[in-house]
Amino acid sequence: MSINFTLIGQMITFALLVWFTMKYIWPPLFDSLEERKKKIADGLAAAEKGQEEILLAEKRAKVVLKEAKEQSSEIVNLAQKRANEIVEESKGSAKKEGDRLIVAAKAQIEQEIQQAKEGLRQEVASLALSAAEQILSAEIDKTRHQDIISKVSNQL
Amino acid sequence: MATEVHAAEGATGYIIHHLTPLHFGEGFWTLHLDTLFFSAFLGGLFIWFFKTAAEKATSGVPGLVQNFAEMLIEFVDSQVKDSFHGKSKLIAPLALTIFCWVFLFNFMDLFPVDILPSIGSAMGIQYLRVVPSTDLNATFAMSISVFCLIIFYSIKIKGPWGFAKELMFQPFGPWLLPFNLLLKLVEEIAKPISLALRLFGNLYAGELIFILIALLPWYIQPVLSFPWAIFHILIITLQAFIFMVLTIVYLSMAHEDH
Repeated sequence: MSINFTLIGQMITFALLVWFTMKYIWPPLFDSLEERKKKIADGLAAAEKGQEEILLAEKRAKVVLKEAKEQSSEIVNLAQKRANEIVEESKGSAKKEGDRLIVAAKAQIEQEIQQAKEGLRQEVASLALSAAEQILSAEIDKTRHQDIISKVSNQL
Repeated sequence: MATEVHAAEGATGYIIHHLTPLHFGEGFWTLHLDTLFFSAFLGGLFIWFFKTAAEKATSGVPGLVQNFAEMLIEFVDSQVKDSFHGKSKLIAPLALTIFCWVFLFNFMDLFPVDILPSIGSAMGIQYLRVVPSTDLNATFAMSISVFCLIIFYSIKIKGPWGFAKELMFQPFGPWLLPFNLLLKLVEEIAKPISLALRLFGNLYAGELIFILIALLPWYIQPVLSFPWAIFHILIITLQAFIFMVLTIVYLSMAHEDH
């Protein structure tokens, strides 16, 4: 074995290899590694954030649901109340209307009574007149009443 | 089989033949062409693979190539982050290059010892040693480069005076200056030498054992080479890992100011 000029040749080759590796091989590969590392870290962070957001959203959804339930029950209550009110109101107005109708009917009845009374009165009057006429015609005596008639005819 | 081909040269001849590099030139100016070729080829393979991954790199869903590249990058990056606390654009890519390159060097060890040399001899190449990390030049090239970086960063971070002070006054204080200096120099110089020799020794020995197994009769070979190859899968990864981690540790030591 002997050390000889091969050594120098090998050293040159070695230097070239190291230089090339340093310049063209290490940086791009290492950068891509670092970049991927960063990407993965970012992805993991994003996933974690997403999970947190889901939790938050779930919480919010629960709150919203609770509120909605409360609101709906409130609305139902209100509606029931309103319905009761309407029923009461209509009951009242119906009573009023009935009263009014009764009053009107009474008035009409009164009026009809009055009319009937009036009719009866007229009938009684005419009956009395005709009775009086008949009595008069039966009572009249031409001789006795000649001078009355002549007096009237004289006045003409 | 190979045993018969090299029977004329004997077992020793076979081993020596396998461990002799394809060389060119004389003395210091010798070039081990096989080491240079295979290391450059494997470096190219490494670059090609990672370049493909880098070009298609997205931060979205990664493909198969990118996934594998990213796995290695993350592995190296975690090693660097574990031991190195400063900021440096060099250390992580350096560690990645060392790990992959050394691993690919060592991986050549798992090819059956005769395949590539046989193909080589068919093409007229007499000697072919396919595992670059069984060549001291290859391992020392890396460790000396790392050593240069250690010195460079030591001086850059601590300043020339700070580095000199560390060499002279630690660990025993200024009264034992020559002793400190000696200790520190040995410590520093031991770093590249141990780095290079550890890798070289492991792989050289491993390859030698593969060659020795290849010398045995054919019916024994699988029984031995199979477990050794399995064990070697561990060894080659471990050696690449050790080289990388020690480089990171040494460089982080260079960055630490006392």
